[in-house]
Amino acid sequence: MRLVLEKRAGASGRMAILSPLIAIALTLITGGIIFALRGLNPFSALYVFFAEPLTTSWSVEQLIVKATPLAMIGAGLAVSYMANVWNIGAEGQLTAGAILGSAVPVFFPEFQSPLTLVLMLALGIAGGMAWASIPAFLKNRFGANEILTSLMLVYLIQLMLDWLVRGPWRDPKGYNFPKTIAFTDWQLLPQFQVLPPSIGPIYINLGAIFAVAAAVALAFMMGRTLKGYELRVQGIAPRAGRFSGFPREKTVWFCFLLSGGLAGLAGICEVMSTVGQLQPGISPGYGFTAIIVAFLGRLNPIGALVAAFALAISYLGGESAQVALGISDKTARVFQGILLFYILACDSLILHRLKFIGRRPRLAEAEA
Amino acid sequence: MNDQVLSVILTIITASTPLLLAAIGELVVERSGVLNLGVEGMMAVGAVSGFGAALMTGNPYAGVLAALVAGALLSLLFGFLTLTMVANQVATGLALTLLGLGVSGLMGEAFVGQPGVHLERLSIPGLSGIPFIGPILFGQDFLVYLSLVIVAAVSYMLFRTRTGLVIRAVGDSHQSAHALGYSVVGVRYLCVMFGGACSGLAGGYLSLAYTPQWVENMTAGRGWIALALVVFSSWLPWRIVVGAYLFGAITVMGFSLQAYGIGIPSQLLSALPYVVTVMVLVLISRNRALMRANTPACLGQPFVPDR
Repeated sequence: MRLVLEKRAGASGRMAILSPLIAIALTLITGGIIFALRGLNPFSALYVFFAEPLTTSWSVEQLIVKATPLAMIGAGLAVSYMANVWNIGAEGQLTAGAILGSAVPVFFPEFQSPLTLVLMLALGIAGGMAWASIPAFLKNRFGANEILTSLMLVYLIQLMLDWLVRGPWRDPKGYNFPKTIAFTDWQLLPQFQVLPPSIGPIYINLGAIFAVAAAVALAFMMGRTLKGYELRVQGIAPRAGRFSGFPREKTVWFCFLLSGGLAGLAGICEVMSTVGQLQPGISPGYGFTAIIVAFLGRLNPIGALVAAFALAISYLGGESAQVALGISDKTARVFQGILLFYILACDSLILHRLKFIGRRPRLAEAEA
Repeated sequence: MNDQVLSVILTIITASTPLLLAAIGELVVERSGVLNLGVEGMMAVGAVSGFGAALMTGNPYAGVLAALVAGALLSLLFGFLTLTMVANQVATGLALTLLGLGVSGLMGEAFVGQPGVHLERLSIPGLSGIPFIGPILFGQDFLVYLSLVIVAAVSYMLFRTRTGLVIRAVGDSHQSAHALGYSVVGVRYLCVMFGGACSGLAGGYLSLAYTPQWVENMTAGRGWIALALVVFSSWLPWRIVVGAYLFGAITVMGFSLQAYGIGIPSQLLSALPYVVTVMVLVLISRNRALMRANTPACLGQPFVPDR
């Protein structure tokens, strides 16, 4: 008996919808087994990890805070990966956006007007785009592998952030902590109160609205415009894309600038809300987790928005499980990795079906 | 002065060996047409497993073995997904890195701050005592020699044996290899596991010989640099040695300059290996004829045999 894959005649529509759900279910089962092996009651542990973050208004607020950068970056990456452009340096572009946007309050701390907000956000996007343009240029001009260059640039910009906040940009009154001055008023994102039924008032910031807008706009682009068609053709059938005369170099530029700009926006939004100043460790790996978000959302921007909540739960669950169960917050990262494995395995069932085959009958046996 | 030069050379060898081990393993994987971007994750798990096993048994060689096995097991997961389930190799490799870094962080929590077991250097009576060249040629730990033996063996195997011919055929045209009756998936599984074992060893070298301790994310992008080295070598084994030692030298140069306290920010010196990686990729990739001639033609392409 062997397990083999067999090509389906066409993509299975049912599996396309089911595959992310099956992947999540398998991750939960695996998680339960891991908890049981550590001597915890798997059901109550899973409840603490994955359900409790949805029960209080404070935790729903936190969930949206964590889902915002994931959804923003994930939507851009989904479009890139769909077009076969492998930007895996979103974490670096996030940092670049945060740095460039923060230049405004660092150099002009007294500059306070609505324009400050707009300028910081614009510079955040520009910073992410600028950092993403390096691998795009190297790919187009020299054919350098974008996976490796975009990743190397993550290490570079993180070292640069470290240097800035320990050196020239450090708050002189900050007791030598590696931080810039704390941002105030128009240097921070405005918050809105919303009143969902049943859980009471919660505050969300402007970033969450950007994330939803980006997902909707990109989903429209991918599904309803020629540009989206062009990107999809190049991803699904690169040869057909070449014969149709779709310019590959422009696609590489487009995808890197788009996903880099969104990552930069996510970075400056983090600095202007949750963190409130520039410091090392502005992101708990959002740029890398967003890769999982893009795949869990089946490379669809709206799907990424939904997937961002699933991954945000794992971040929050990791924190609450650390407090309530005394297990490491690193468990969350393991779950995220396992989840991506299951997604990829389930995704191949969309185009293939699993089949058990017996031992092939020998020629002699068949003739007899 | 001589002592200083000697210690720098010795440090360069220790800094280069993990890159060499990981890169030569990945070279074989890529020669068989598979792109495994999970080197960093396998190294991290190899490092923590090696450290843990050595700490528990008190024997560094048990650590080396554990690192090797851990890397190979993790690569089996990659193999199952990309070869049996025909999942996207790029995405699966990234998944392996994310999972490996997560798992190593979790496994290593108990080991943070613990003094590690050091893989001792050989000392051959008479030979290791020769001034200057003795310690360099005859006074390394066994993994340094093993890494060079592996390169020689891989070079011989790939270009002088039938096995190597089959591996290259599978990597250059899996359809033809399949038509000739070779098991494409079987060959690739073995190559992927060899690569995993090498990556695991590379990780183990970091936590047993390079800096005998466990720190989270101690691989610090070395897995990615190893991937870049394979491109740099244009898939030729001996060039990996040149590349790995070049990078080792650059890393050590950064540290030494830091130690001298020259007025360059330490972050700039730490950034050197990453900058050089990007530069090297650009320099080698712009030679498109060379790239086209040497890149395995089926690199990264999924294979489902017709039935």
